[in-house]
Amino acid sequence: MSSAATAPVLRKTALNSTHRHLGAKMVDFGGWDMPVEYSGLVAEHMAVRTGVGVFDVSHMGDIQLRGPSSLAAVQRISMNDASKLAVGQAHYSALLYPQGTFVDDVIVHKLSENDYLLVINAGTREKDVDWVRSQIGAMPGVHVSDYSDYYTQLAIQGPRAAETLAKLTNADLSTIKNYWFTWATVCGLANTMIARTGYTGEDGFEIYVPSDEPTSVRVWNEVLEAGREFGILPCGLGARNTLRLEASMALYGHEISEEITVFDAGLDRYCKLEKGPFVGAEALNKIKAEGGPKRRLVGLEVIERGIARDGYGVFDDEGKQIGYVTSGSPSPFLKKNIAMAYVPLDFSAVDTEVVVQCRSNAVRAKVVGLPFYKKPKKQS
Amino acid sequence: MAYPESFRYTKEHEWIEVDGKTAKIGITDYAQNSLGDIVFVELPKIGSTLEKNKVFGSVESVKSVSDLFAPASGTVTAVNEELATAPEKINTDAHTAWILTLELSEPSEIGSLLSAEDYQKYIAEEGAH
Repeated sequence: MSSAATAPVLRKTALNSTHRHLGAKMVDFGGWDMPVEYSGLVAEHMAVRTGVGVFDVSHMGDIQLRGPSSLAAVQRISMNDASKLAVGQAHYSALLYPQGTFVDDVIVHKLSENDYLLVINAGTREKDVDWVRSQIGAMPGVHVSDYSDYYTQLAIQGPRAAETLAKLTNADLSTIKNYWFTWATVCGLANTMIARTGYTGEDGFEIYVPSDEPTSVRVWNEVLEAGREFGILPCGLGARNTLRLEASMALYGHEISEEITVFDAGLDRYCKLEKGPFVGAEALNKIKAEGGPKRRLVGLEVIERGIARDGYGVFDDEGKQIGYVTSGSPSPFLKKNIAMAYVPLDFSAVDTEVVVQCRSNAVRAKVVGLPFYKKPKKQS
Repeated sequence: MAYPESFRYTKEHEWIEVDGKTAKIGITDYAQNSLGDIVFVELPKIGSTLEKNKVFGSVESVKSVSDLFAPASGTVTAVNEELATAPEKINTDAHTAWILTLELSEPSEIGSLLSAEDYQKYIAEEGAH
């Protein structure tokens, strides 16, 4: 990070001026000048839970692996089993270090038989690209490209997201299942990628359009116009964070990092040790053979008055520190104070009570099942 | 949002309205806007003493927590109980949603605080960074 003495030169997405015109509060996020909120975090959060919201997520990175060995390369560098993907399908996965800890979490998209797109975090972009290149090295038959700056990526999220996007595209959105994608005309732009993915716990889509400013601004405005009847709001990183926390999705630097293993984070179901060798598998097999992880990521609900936040210590009744909070916030939708935390296994059972040191106040909290929030089933 | 001329302000974004030996304290509109949706105000007890520039409580919004610094020294004579159930009143109108009242022990301390004009210059510079 930059020192206080020199202001960092922040990167900007093509929509930077648009956000400022909308009166967004801007914040340095992983070296990017990004909107944290526009009309207000809670209003934006609720728009996504009950209607529709749109996020500029162009700061996310895009790595493409192409060539006859691209599947072999993806299999080597990521923990999920990409051989199971059909063309047009995506899945959650992660890039791991040899010790089974996280370089980053990623969404892998199978664009064609020999072409994969990895969507990665903004703050770890360079690190991830370097890591992928270093692991693939001179592997013949695969070409790695960093297309991060070529796309403006918008996330249209919420129960009314499909109705909003339907007005702007010729695609039949009902045929795109969760974690699948297609190409169609969107806002008059042919061959636009539409993925039914997101980071909010709601139904929603992420669209990828050319990153020049006029195109980006036009598409953004058309999305806002299309969603107007559903009360669409532009949403910032503040609501993005509270939404993903309610849905208990991991955030790099909080629930996952180079210090945390896949098993600690409870992401085992996305880690396919049986698929064959990949970076990190050996260490994870060893951990498994030795009885599994010693700690677990749990959900906490604060029982007493207080808000548990990232970095606060978690203690047992004797006052001994047993863990720490990775993310925490008042939950705008559930109207409770929730958090995720790392605790030893014997404190990870649901209903176990612990103490969180919220600045000067020791506050009781209890372990609850994750996710905190699950979107309601569609009424058929 | 207007910054009342009758208030004095701190660089930590509190306001104080002095009336003889008593004063009302709150946080500024700039502060509430920076915090976003306020969900909790930690108040001191009536009868407790505040020391100028020392932390006397905190304000939490959904996204962050901020300490409250005493603009002046004195004894707490009342706290705004409304904020316990409706802390968002500070977002609605920060300059009427007072936090506590104080019996000043050193009224001369007020002299070193910012005027409305100086405070607005100060936040204009802050916002530019």
